[in-house]
Amino acid sequence: MNNELATSCLKINPELVTEILCRFIRTEIRRAGFERAVVGLSGGIDSSVVTFLCARALGPSNVLAVTMPYKTSSEATRRDSQAVVDQLGVRAIDVPITDQIDAYFARIGDASQLRLANKCARERMTVLYDQSAAFHALVAGTSNKSELLLGYGTQFGDMASAVNPIGDLYKTQLHQLAAFLGLPEPILTKAPTGDLWIGQTDEGELGFSYAEVDRVMVLMVDRRWRRAELLQAGFAVEFVDRVASMIRRNHYKRRMPVIAKLSQRTLDRDFRYARDWGT
Amino acid sequence: MPASPEREILTAADRDGPGALRVAMGQIAPVLGDLQRNLALHVEQIEAARRQHADLIVFPELSLTGYFLRDMVPDLAVSPAGPEVRQLIDAAGAMSLVVGLVEESPRHRFYNAALWAEGGRVVHLHRKVYLPTYGLFDEQRYFAAGERFLAFDTARFGRVGILICEDFWHLSAATIMQAEEVDMLVCVANSPGRGVDGAKVRTAETYEQLARTFAQLLGAAVIVVNRVGFEDGLCFWGGSMAVAPDGRVIAQAPMFDEALCVVALDPAELRRQRLITPLARDERLLVTIEELNRIKRERYE
Repeated sequence: MNNELATSCLKINPELVTEILCRFIRTEIRRAGFERAVVGLSGGIDSSVVTFLCARALGPSNVLAVTMPYKTSSEATRRDSQAVVDQLGVRAIDVPITDQIDAYFARIGDASQLRLANKCARERMTVLYDQSAAFHALVAGTSNKSELLLGYGTQFGDMASAVNPIGDLYKTQLHQLAAFLGLPEPILTKAPTGDLWIGQTDEGELGFSYAEVDRVMVLMVDRRWRRAELLQAGFAVEFVDRVASMIRRNHYKRRMPVIAKLSQRTLDRDFRYARDWGT
Repeated sequence: MPASPEREILTAADRDGPGALRVAMGQIAPVLGDLQRNLALHVEQIEAARRQHADLIVFPELSLTGYFLRDMVPDLAVSPAGPEVRQLIDAAGAMSLVVGLVEESPRHRFYNAALWAEGGRVVHLHRKVYLPTYGLFDEQRYFAAGERFLAFDTARFGRVGILICEDFWHLSAATIMQAEEVDMLVCVANSPGRGVDGAKVRTAETYEQLARTFAQLLGAAVIVVNRVGFEDGLCFWGGSMAVAPDGRVIAQAPMFDEALCVVALDPAELRRQRLITPLARDERLLVTIEELNRIKRERYE
């Protein structure tokens, strides 16, 4: 198994990454005319890292951490989020979403766990965007590269943001960054969870660990290894194919909605401008 | 083949003090697609360079426009004879100037170009030959490719060649510049950082390697000016550098931060280095030309 090579490909210099990401946050937020960021804080490693980075980049008083528990959210979620807020001294607001979610499903009828999870993710998105208007801030994204590639997120839900500092970092790399930034210990060691339902963990739901999948993805995506080369390196064929299929099937989530082309110049097809146009 | 004339290079008989030539590296973060604000930024930097007695100020690739232009290219194009360049030449006064721009040719082709101006006029215009169109780059979609690597004579810096970013990654460009007998090679860049596992971004390490290697192999000073700032998530890392003809980095601007970094080049270094390691003198240009012609016959005829 090419564990050693894959592991070395996943190595980052967290100090350098922090420097770049803090500058990125400052530049992108200021060029849009803002000084502040809003982060949906769950007490997990992703949103905690983003809160740390924003606090470093903008100053703690310019960061609003929003916790948005649902009635099934765990005590660990609340405790770990509070630890981040306490350690950084960022502003914080708690906006439980139980009432509106339950009101909706009371009218509509029961839904699957997946629909409930997606509804919660999108409810949190609307809270964050509303809070960003109230706080005169931009929403900082908390989706990492592993999740984005695998499509393990809710489109227009937790995947929605104005600026995402961690979208090019695999989960494995976020751990390195988190340790460098000095996140509270329980966050560094607990199993990744979307806290979507009681006892839910990402790795339990996905059926593989981030450590495993990041190794295959960094070779497949970043280093352009072919399927045969991955198999030769000792990755299981079902695993490689499943990961490749997830990346492909979920690509739509990473794109804007497709537009039917009719005119000479169609948005995003042949009307091409940088997002940072004019700034 | 006529012998090339001996050139008095980087001499400073007419100068005060130790005879150093002062180069200002204008490591700026242009506003994406705002010509007027960028012009003002250039003038500001030129004024600052003058206060530091610079003989030359070098701005990065596409310094008047920013990098990720895409459909903005035609809207931001200027003519080297136009009022924007004139404004900068006038501001520079006695200082020589390198500036990056989108050039619209009389045939309405758009080039990623950089020009050298001094003495109130444009002395040379280089059109980027190698337009990267892979990975994150898509320059060939928007720009026509330049077709020449020409050196030119300057008032104070001897014979100079300009390369633009990707040009610098092609051995052929450096080889031609060596054959052109440059005394100073200027590379203007918009290099986005990739690779964050080392002490510096990996792209910065490669640039330093290239600059040091070319300085040594050409026996010439190498000036690399890269921009800073972000565009659509790309981080331009700065780290502009001046490398002496022996391959030593003699000045480096900070990573990531805007800076006007002024470095004094010692003209005597060039002579000393060419005595110690006369690689360019010993280059057998006709052998290279013959071999390239053979490859041309075998491959293309």
